[in-house]
Amino acid sequence: MSHPTSATAEPLVDPAVHEQVMAEAERIKALGEASERLARDPVNQPTISNWLEAMGNDNPRFRQGEAPPSMVQVWTMYGLGGKAPADDPLHAMMNVLTDTGFTAVLGTNCEQSYERYLRVGEQLRVTTALDSVVGPKKTAMGVGYFVTSRSTWYVDHEDGSAEQVASMLFRVLKFVPTRAVQPPVDPPEASVADAADGPDASRFVLRPMKNRDTEFFWEGTAAGELRVQRCNACGVLRHPPGPACPSCGALDRGHVAASGRGTVFSYVVHRHPPVPGRELPILLVLVDLDEGVRMVGELVDTEPTEVEIGMPVQVDFRRVDDDLTLPVWRRTGPAEGSRA
Amino acid sequence: MTGDTGRTLSRQTAIVGIGATEFSKESGRSELQLSVEAARAALADCGLTPADVDGLTTFTMDTSSEIALARELGIPELRFFSRINYGGGAACATVQQAAMAVATGVADVVVCYRGFNERSGSRFGQFSVAAATQVNTNGLDNAWTYPMGLGTPAATVAMQARRYLHEYGATSEDFGRVAVADRRHAATNPNAFFYGKPITLEDHQASRMIAEPLHLLDCCQESDGAVALVVTSADRARDLPHPPAYVVAAAQGSGRDQFVMTSYYRDDIGIPEMGVVGRELWRQSGLGPDDMAMGVLYDHFTPYVLMQLEELGFCGPGEAKDFIADGAIEIGGRLPLNTHGGQLGEAYIHGMNGIAEGVRQVRGTSVNQVPDVQHLVVTAGTGVPTSGLVLGR
Repeated sequence: MSHPTSATAEPLVDPAVHEQVMAEAERIKALGEASERLARDPVNQPTISNWLEAMGNDNPRFRQGEAPPSMVQVWTMYGLGGKAPADDPLHAMMNVLTDTGFTAVLGTNCEQSYERYLRVGEQLRVTTALDSVVGPKKTAMGVGYFVTSRSTWYVDHEDGSAEQVASMLFRVLKFVPTRAVQPPVDPPEASVADAADGPDASRFVLRPMKNRDTEFFWEGTAAGELRVQRCNACGVLRHPPGPACPSCGALDRGHVAASGRGTVFSYVVHRHPPVPGRELPILLVLVDLDEGVRMVGELVDTEPTEVEIGMPVQVDFRRVDDDLTLPVWRRTGPAEGSRA
Repeated sequence: MTGDTGRTLSRQTAIVGIGATEFSKESGRSELQLSVEAARAALADCGLTPADVDGLTTFTMDTSSEIALARELGIPELRFFSRINYGGGAACATVQQAAMAVATGVADVVVCYRGFNERSGSRFGQFSVAAATQVNTNGLDNAWTYPMGLGTPAATVAMQARRYLHEYGATSEDFGRVAVADRRHAATNPNAFFYGKPITLEDHQASRMIAEPLHLLDCCQESDGAVALVVTSADRARDLPHPPAYVVAAAQGSGRDQFVMTSYYRDDIGIPEMGVVGRELWRQSGLGPDDMAMGVLYDHFTPYVLMQLEELGFCGPGEAKDFIADGAIEIGGRLPLNTHGGQLGEAYIHGMNGIAEGVRQVRGTSVNQVPDVQHLVVTAGTGVPTSGLVLGR
């Protein structure tokens, strides 16, 4: 399936542009660990508790003065309206690539290493360095450069020593889109600020098309409610929604909040090809809601081998940003009559 | 649902010319040029010229407009042009449009065409952000699946396939038998991309998972190429070089609560739209499944071939796995399918190459010729609003 390329094939990127990109990369790499910032607050129990609740983690260890290592990024997030410092190497490199035509961004991977558990009361400091710029590469998304930054978290001690407690390699692809119609791409500022949501948080977000017939559903998910259209004339429930009742024809409609309980009617383990902004595999379920309608959503916190038809599930909500909250599903038990 | 007995489309028109480019992974030329080449080949095949053509039909998805193709071919004037929506579901409907136009005197000679660089250009097998951001009701429909992460053709089919396995106790190997048959036929077709490359059921089972329960070898290829067909009246057809492939029936179908690839909200999440097509084909033709010497069933994904056999009435619901066992759908079996190699084996030209194979079988010129073909059935894209044909001598 590969296309042979001869030695005389056209370069992927204009040599002059490539030279400029790599020169800028060297300059920014030479800045070393920059963009130094202190965490807004010391490690503290209320923030840990909120994080545990959001993650569905009830490990008692983290109620006794220790913080989960994987929330290290939380401590140094910019906060609402926060901006990356002017000397931030990652943003500087992103800007160079944007200005040279590599306008699109896709988070590819993120590796965190933890030296130890953090303790309540410790004050963190973070630095960011540009680790590498590799390219040009031809990818399915387009031609671009892989940009890797390294964030390092420290705790400064009274004796003047700085103890490294965690680090993170964060890699994005900055590319020239190949497709005529481009996905909406989150700006890198938002990507980095959101990175604590997971390794692929710098992803672009595929936003659902909405109109006045369907926006109530998305307003519902944002409010933590799974809304199902209900005909005000005959009471029939319907999903997906639409302007005219398929049962009685009435145009007068409202909605009800579903219980969020259902069972798996069918499912898919999506392994290939890539889904922009998502890690694979993705488990997708077609859920028979207790209310009698069906819905598609991602099944989270479940292994592909665990999912089966008939398995009971419960809705949850994954907030992506102010404009989008997706309904997702969690298993609540084994399928009726199953071996599990 | 039934038409006037005195009015029928059956046998009023015929496919008289077929043409195609080579099938590849990188054509190296524009999509419009591919369609020009295929249309010229189809006209040459039936001894007609662009000056004889007064109608063009294609897919809504095709990137080459009728007027662009007319300019390049040098067609002086067009009296009829039409496009059909819903991806590969349009294939047989392009012939239906042509047949209706010719039968009613709206046009005399209609070329149906489809050309694309579907591997080297925009790949249909990928996650389609464009499909999810259309500013129309299709885009709204896709809001219930794509943002959740369900947005490749294979994944959308897998949802139906998983349920099918569950309901009827079929297995992945039953899907695999379709791929084996297709690739066996492609292996002896020099025009097929997989010419000389048959597979075994073990190969199928060992191929990597794409969207469970679908393996790689359950999914058709992505291809570059074009196919064109020439439709004219039965009277005129008799004066042309090849035996006419009469359009014995031509139907479209859309089912209850229909969506594009995601008709998940009706009780049965199979493909009842193909049942609509089948019933109409049998009504128009006065024939039934037992009268079909063979079939060209749209095979972008293997599970749909099983479902189509059931919807078209070749067997009952859930019986396809037994129907296809023991090589029944291979050449020499009781219902050979996709003798060109199908879209898994020959090329994925959105079903148009399958119609061309149907014409060759009626003419008696297929590389995998089925003896004494009087009638055969051809279908278009599945999982979508679709279409079908009965072709015959």
